[in-house]
Amino acid sequence: MSGTTLPLKRRAPVRPARVLLHVFLAGTALAWLAPLLWAVFSALRPYSETSAKGYVSWPDKLSLDNFTNAFEQSDMMHYFGNTLLIAVPAVLLTLFLSSCVAFYVSRFDFRVNLALLLVFTAGNLLPQQVIITPLYRLYLLTDLPGITASGKLYDSALGLVLIHVAFQSGFCAFVLSNYMRSLPHELTEAALVDGASVWRLYWQITLPLCKPAMAALATLLSIWIYNDFFWALVLISTGENMPITSALNNLSGQYFTDPNLVAAGSLLTAIPTLVVYFVLQRQFVSGLTLGSSKG
Amino acid sequence: MTTDTTTKTPEPAAVPAPGPAPEKKRVVRGHRRLLTRRDRFTLALMAGVPTVLHVILVWVTALASILLAFTTWDGIGFDSIKWVGLDNFTQLFTDNPQFWPAVQHNVVWFVVLILIPTPFGLFLAVQLDKKIRFTRVYQTAFFLPVVISMACIGFVWQLVYNPDTGLINSIIGANEPGHYIDWIGDPHLNLWAVLIAASWRHTGYMMILYLAGLKSVDPSLREASALDGAGEWQTFRNVIFPTLRPTNTVVLVVTIIEALRAFDLVFVFNKGAQGTELLSILVTNNIIGESSRIGYGSAIAVVLLVISLAVIIPYLIATFRKERRA
Repeated sequence: MSGTTLPLKRRAPVRPARVLLHVFLAGTALAWLAPLLWAVFSALRPYSETSAKGYVSWPDKLSLDNFTNAFEQSDMMHYFGNTLLIAVPAVLLTLFLSSCVAFYVSRFDFRVNLALLLVFTAGNLLPQQVIITPLYRLYLLTDLPGITASGKLYDSALGLVLIHVAFQSGFCAFVLSNYMRSLPHELTEAALVDGASVWRLYWQITLPLCKPAMAALATLLSIWIYNDFFWALVLISTGENMPITSALNNLSGQYFTDPNLVAAGSLLTAIPTLVVYFVLQRQFVSGLTLGSSKG
Repeated sequence: MTTDTTTKTPEPAAVPAPGPAPEKKRVVRGHRRLLTRRDRFTLALMAGVPTVLHVILVWVTALASILLAFTTWDGIGFDSIKWVGLDNFTQLFTDNPQFWPAVQHNVVWFVVLILIPTPFGLFLAVQLDKKIRFTRVYQTAFFLPVVISMACIGFVWQLVYNPDTGLINSIIGANEPGHYIDWIGDPHLNLWAVLIAASWRHTGYMMILYLAGLKSVDPSLREASALDGAGEWQTFRNVIFPTLRPTNTVVLVVTIIEALRAFDLVFVFNKGAQGTELLSILVTNNIIGESSRIGYGSAIAVVLLVISLAVIIPYLIATFRKERRA
């Protein structure tokens, strides 16, 4: 834990209370990581060894075999591909559409604005199960011959993209409209007087200024949509079409016969979100608090 | 200019029609004269398309849930939909052995989350806010579970709880046949076992929300309090905590919603059987389970909807009222 060096700002004299605090925090942090470390440890050991020596035992040899096996046996590449096919369009579309709504409600004083924003924000707070039964029926009823492989909205990537966009745009519209409201009104007003079109006000003036908020939301959305389990579980019927998170649930019964392999499989599915988090930590955290510090 | 004649028609207020309706919009602040017909059309599309998508997929379906709750339907053809009044609800409240336990578990879920990980997250946030070294490292450790999907968390914790190969039983020596402690299978234990995993994740989430709240506390308040000779605990109780009120509201709402939404973790653990029933699980079982009782499932969804709206509406009213004043 203590290996990392942070830039030292004026070093305070060592106080016993501080030392105690560090001991406490380091201990708790380690305890917090324990389940994950345990999964890593299990995944690094072959099943034959753990079944002979027990799980809590000194390892004879550690290898990445479980990871490669899990990856190959369960055709994970395919499911990662499915996720990509859902998450990329869903994130882009959500950002685009919610920024349109946010622009509309924050830059113009229409009477419906408040109601519109309320509808979006409240929709995002509903538990998914409230709407799933009719949604499932709606998806089964919607015939899309030739457009999706299943011929319906049900069991298709398109269906998942649509519900992600519809659901998440509530949160994003709320956050972006707050953000846009903080931009000076003079900017767009001047352009409007100069004869710029509304589209130009949105695309060339407002959106570029929203980059920080958009980046934060993009990070947040990618992780949320990647992690989705519920929508895919109900709205996708063919195992083949499942994104990685829900596919793992299927696979753990079908292919994985030992817990070490399940550990490896779960860790593999967690890797992309961890990478996104470590690379874009600041955006992620600011995104989470963008919506809430307003409350 | 002539296109402006319609702009003063009073708006029918309340919830907007999903369609593109801005023809009769009232534009003030001098925009009115500057918007061309084309601009109006662009604006109508910009607001209309997302609204139609959101309203159809979220609000129309929510409304459909309410309607279906008063019917029976096997899902095969619309003519099999039969109006049954309150039958589904009476059956649910009196006859279903899983319903009241599920309600109770949802309540327990909330109570545990608000009593244990929430104060602990606040405590961690206060400690980490003290400008200590390695704060990034600690924050990352506590926050990591929030980044991982609930489903993955379910798998990871199964490795901890598994009766014969799991970490806990291996350590306490309860992994021999006959001495098993079945953390996931035992109906008296499994809800608590899942809740430990849920709390593990919730703590990090709360910590981040409180850290953001603490950052906005005016430093001069702390200084004044320190000058007055207040101790750490006194400063927190009398100065810092009261300023965290907005954060507390958000935390409360987030926690209630999380408790109502809880699903993934339990589904991965044991599909919500025996001891871990939740309202969300009961709804889902009616769709992906063998029996497709749509009206009945919708009745459970309506219960969920009513509880959520009771939280969402006051929260939004408070939030938006404050915003308009600002």
